[in-house]
Amino acid sequence: MTTTSSTTQAAPLVTKVRLRDLPVEQRRALLAARLRRAGTYTVALLIALWILLPIWLIGTLAFSAPLDVRTYPKQAAPIPFSTETMEFFLNARGVLPATRNSIVVALMTLALSTVISAPAGYAIARYFFRGRDLFRLSILAVRAFPIVILAVPLAVTFRTWGIYDRVYSVALMHTALTLPTTILVVSSVFASVPRELEEAAKVFGCNPLQAFLRVVMPLALPGIAASAIFTFVMSWNEVFAAVLLTLENRTLPALILYNLDKSGDPFKFAGGFFMLIPSLIFIFFVRRYLFNMWGQITK
Amino acid sequence: MAEIRIENAVKTFGKVVAVNRVSLTVHDREFVVLLGPSGCGKTTLLRAIAGLGMVDSGRILIGGRDVTYLPPKDRDISMVFQGYAIFPHMNVFDNIAFGLRMKRVPKEEIARRVREAAELLHIEDFLERFPSQLSGGQRQRVAVARAIAVHSSVLLMDEPLSNLDALLRLRMRAELKRLLNEIQATTVYVTHDQIEALSMGDRIAVMRNGEILQFDTPSRVYDVPADRFVAGFIGTPPMNFLEAQIRRENGTPRAYIGDFALDPIPEMREELARRDGERIIVGIRAENMETLGQPAPDALRVKVLVVEPLGSQNLLTIQIGSDVIKASTHPDFTVEPNQDIWIRFPGDKIRWIDRDSGRTIIPDLEKLAST
Repeated sequence: MTTTSSTTQAAPLVTKVRLRDLPVEQRRALLAARLRRAGTYTVALLIALWILLPIWLIGTLAFSAPLDVRTYPKQAAPIPFSTETMEFFLNARGVLPATRNSIVVALMTLALSTVISAPAGYAIARYFFRGRDLFRLSILAVRAFPIVILAVPLAVTFRTWGIYDRVYSVALMHTALTLPTTILVVSSVFASVPRELEEAAKVFGCNPLQAFLRVVMPLALPGIAASAIFTFVMSWNEVFAAVLLTLENRTLPALILYNLDKSGDPFKFAGGFFMLIPSLIFIFFVRRYLFNMWGQITK
Repeated sequence: MAEIRIENAVKTFGKVVAVNRVSLTVHDREFVVLLGPSGCGKTTLLRAIAGLGMVDSGRILIGGRDVTYLPPKDRDISMVFQGYAIFPHMNVFDNIAFGLRMKRVPKEEIARRVREAAELLHIEDFLERFPSQLSGGQRQRVAVARAIAVHSSVLLMDEPLSNLDALLRLRMRAELKRLLNEIQATTVYVTHDQIEALSMGDRIAVMRNGEILQFDTPSRVYDVPADRFVAGFIGTPPMNFLEAQIRRENGTPRAYIGDFALDPIPEMREELARRDGERIIVGIRAENMETLGQPAPDALRVKVLVVEPLGSQNLLTIQIGSDVIKASTHPDFTVEPNQDIWIRFPGDKIRWIDRDSGRTIIPDLEKLAST
C-alpha cells in the first residue's frame, strides 16, 4: 500500500537538523540534550569496559602460546592464535578428575536444588499461607549467614558422619547454599505465569495437578531451566565449601585455588578461562529471568 | 436443562464482604448479566458459580445439582476470562480442543467440534497459529470458541469485551448476542458497561456492595429503576434527579419544585398522599422531558447552561433552582446557552424516589425486586 501525500516529490521523512541553523536558545537546548546522552553512554561504556576488559584479557592469554603469556607487556589479542596454553592446563595433573568432580557436583546440586525449589517456589508464588512472609524472610536469612563461621563445625560434622571428602557431600553443601536464590527465582518464574491460565485449565477439566503439569509447568519451564543453569554455575564456581569439605576429591575451583601459588601464568589464565565458560553461557540464557526477579518485567 | 440457583451466597475476603447474602435464579437457557461498578462483587459471584472461589456460606445449584463444594471441572460449566486466558504454548486448535481432550472425547469428534466452534467465530483459518500471532480480537474469539466447543450447559463470561477497542467491542457485542442465541446455553455475563448489559441481557442483575439491587429485564431496569443508584448507573446520560416537596391540595398530593407544581398520575396519588409535607426526589430521564421554545401553562421555565450537539440529538444542560439536569432534544430544536426554555414533565415518566432510603416508590415494588 502506498501512502497518499500532497507532495509529489518523495521528501525524506527526517530532515537533518544542523546546529548552526538554529536560534541560540534552541541550539543550546539541543546541545545540552546531546551532551546528556553522550554522558550516559560514556558511563555505560566505562562500566562495560570495567567488566569486559579482564574477561577479554583472560581469553586472549588463554589462547596465546605459553611463551607469549609470560612476556610483558601482555598482548591485546590472541595473535598468533594457539591452543597450547589450554592444552597444557587440561593435561596438568588432577585437572581432568577435578573437572569431572566439578561436573558431578554441579549436576547433583542442580537436580537436588530444582526438585526442592520448584514446589517451594510455586507455593510462595501462588498460595497465601500462614507464615508465608516469615518463610520468605528465613530463606534470605540463610543466605545472609556467613559461611565462614560455619566452616569448622561443618568440617567436624561431616567428618563424624563419615561423609567428609566425598563428592556428594559437596553437592549437599552447594544445594544448601544455592536454594535461597533458586527458590526466589523459581517463585518469580511461577508468579509470571498468569493465574487466569491455571483457572482456565481447571474450568476446562483439569484437577490442580493436571493444571500444573499441562499449563503452568510448560510455561514456567524456560525460567526453571534458567534457574537450573544458574545453580549449575553457582556450584561450578563455588570454592570455599569445596576446599573445606574435600582433600583428595577436589573440585576444579578448589584444585586451581590450591595450585595457584605453585603454578605459572599460563596455568592461571587457561584455568580462569576454562572456569569462565559456563558462567558466560548461563548469563546469556538467564538475563530475562533475573530482570524479572527484580520487578522490571518487560514484555 | 440447566437452571442456576444461588441461595444466600456469602463470600468475604478478610473483613470485606464481597457477596452479601445473594439469592439469584437464572432460568434454563436464559442470558443474565451481572452489572455493577468495580468492587460490587459481580466477578466474585461469577467465580463462585464457576467454582474458582468457594462461597463462605449459602448454596449453588446448577441443573438442580448442588455444586457448592464441587471443583470447576465437575460443574458442567465453561468460561470466557477477562484476559482471555488462552494457553500461549498451544496453537488455536489445541486451545479449542483442550476441554474436549480433558473429557476424552474421541479424536474425530474433537476435530469436528473444534471446526464447528471455529467456524462460528470465523477463526477457521487460524487453527495452526499460536496466540502470539493473533490480534486481541482474534484471541478473544479463540477464548469464546474454546468455551462453546465443550457444549457445557452453563457458559460464564467475565467482562469478555473489556479488553477490545471501542469499535471492535461494538461488533463483537452483536456477534456474541447472535452466537449465544444460537448455542442456547444458560449464560451469566459479567460487565460494568451498562450499554453492554442493556443490549445483550434477557435480564440484568444490578449489583452494588455485594448486593443485588434489582433483577429485571433491560427495559424495566432502564425505565423503572428500583432505586436511585440503579437510575444513576444506567443510561447515558443517567437519570436526572430533582428535589421536590409533597403538598396536599384538596386531598390530592402535588409535588413542588420551587413554585412549580407537578401532578402525579392517579396510581401514585394514594402513595404520595401519605407523604404530605415530606421532601421527595423526582427522577426523570433526559429523553422523557418535552422541551418548548415558548411558555406553556404546565411547563417549567429553565435556563440552558450548555448545548451539546450529538448528531442524532442535542443534549442540553439545564439549571433548575440549585439542581443541574440533562435534557435531550431533537437536533432541530435550536437554542443558545443562557437562553430560557420551558420543559414539560409527562406524569407517567416521572419516577418518585424516597429521599432517605433511595428506593423508588412504586405500588408494586415487591415484584420488581423479587428474584
